[in-house]
Amino acid sequence: MSKKITVGPVGYMPQSAPSMGVELSPEGKALLYGNIVEEEEAMRDAAKALLTMDNPTIFPGPMVLWDWRDDVAEKSAAILDLASEIPNCKIIPMPDYRPKYPKIDVKAEINPNHPNLTILDNKIKACVFIGVHCHYANLTLRMIRAGTACYTVAMCAEMGHEEAMASIRDVHAADVLRFRDIIIEVRNELGIEYTTTMPPENPSLPKEDWGALTPSDYGEYRSLIMSKKGEHVTAVE
Amino acid sequence: MSLNYMVPVSKFKRYLPKDYVELVDYGPFGKEFSEVGTKNMGKYKELVEEHPMCSGCWMAYYIKIIFASLPNPEHTVTIGTAGCGRLAISQAAVPFIYGNYGDQNAMASGITRAFRLRFPDQQKDVITIAGDGGMMDIGFSMTMHAWFRGEKFTTIMLDNEVYGNTGGQESGMSIKGAVLKMSPKGKNFNKMPAMQLAITAGCVYVVKMSPTNINKAAKAIRRAIFAARELGPTFIHAYTSCNIEYSIPTPDVFKDAQEMAKGRFAFEEFMTDEAKDLFTVVEAKKKKEVS
Repeated sequence: MSKKITVGPVGYMPQSAPSMGVELSPEGKALLYGNIVEEEEAMRDAAKALLTMDNPTIFPGPMVLWDWRDDVAEKSAAILDLASEIPNCKIIPMPDYRPKYPKIDVKAEINPNHPNLTILDNKIKACVFIGVHCHYANLTLRMIRAGTACYTVAMCAEMGHEEAMASIRDVHAADVLRFRDIIIEVRNELGIEYTTTMPPENPSLPKEDWGALTPSDYGEYRSLIMSKKGEHVTAVE
Repeated sequence: MSLNYMVPVSKFKRYLPKDYVELVDYGPFGKEFSEVGTKNMGKYKELVEEHPMCSGCWMAYYIKIIFASLPNPEHTVTIGTAGCGRLAISQAAVPFIYGNYGDQNAMASGITRAFRLRFPDQQKDVITIAGDGGMMDIGFSMTMHAWFRGEKFTTIMLDNEVYGNTGGQESGMSIKGAVLKMSPKGKNFNKMPAMQLAITAGCVYVVKMSPTNINKAAKAIRRAIFAARELGPTFIHAYTSCNIEYSIPTPDVFKDAQEMAKGRFAFEEFMTDEAKDLFTVVEAKKKKEVS
């Protein structure tokens, strides 16, 4: 099989996959390196990449992060199940598509307008996009192929994406669980011993125990929380 | 575009960035204006916080007020165009659509109509926010025709009297004689009478102001939104100085706005009789709810 779409970096302003002759796969099939293949073949290759490459990461998009439809919870639970079966897997969300100025927190989130920052900073070599609206997924996947050495898997609820190394179409909760089973199967074939572990929570969330803070922790603002001389504060929150 | 978009899937909440968790827990979505709003700014997670605007930018301040004044942020869409303002507007936690230069009011017309067909039982607010160049120069025909057609949405013009984003060219809203970096001989023509144009074109509620008083600014924005829901187009012409192009030292930006509030941006409010009746009802209802 000749690989039409390969892991980057292919350089600034890469030729788009459709212009290289890559067509979206028909129903029941998938895309692997730009070629139409059986779904299982694409899933197995993606599973191998996620299990063997550095810092595998799942990027859930707004369609699976927000509880906007009845079936979202089921799909989200399946995604977490999938993540828990990949050793050292992280979850970095794409909660919306707003540009982030002056700077994005690359450890905490990914943005479609500059996804390469998150991927390069976290040294991610294999990733899965799921729940991202197609027009932003196309943009993101092409930018990643252009500027990073990252294997991309697109799990799309619609027709898939030509720019991804592995693209699986019509993905719903059951398909995510099928991919999880294939990951376990490939993991066993590769002889990787692993106990199911949930990915770590978002690093931007506060770790402090607010109850244990003292006025000195507030630094130059401590005068704002300390009573003045002669002032007797009775009301407390 | 609905409250459900602001509710994370429970299992994913611990994977969301802090900013989003705070927006969900302490943001203004689904809350009453009295709980959040402009009077409580700083006490809740605001819709727009970080922005890439210049230090001392009065436009950034006014944009914060706009977002703090929204009656229903979860059911609001903003539309903007090229210019400084959209840098901050696009970062707010409210859906934003970027129009090609000047066509924001044409886009808003279509979106408003589509919302009324798609969500007949749910009020969706559409607000266009653009600078004087996008609104009164390049977007002039689309702004005027949206008003002539009586499209029911709110138009807010951030008037800094210059093309600040591109280096200081004169705009139709620059005053006569204004000397700017890219118009060194001074402008030859008068400032366009935007307020009069809006009234002539059929806006039901029009305000011109320099937003030095936060509550007054918020009241005007909310009135404009309420009137646009029921009656027709509304327009706010707000002074938002460009301290870079007009060389206003950062500490003097507020003083400059205050001087404008006494000068050519003295508060003027126009409303039709129907709008007046509407405000009487809406504001009486709110007072009753609060008491």
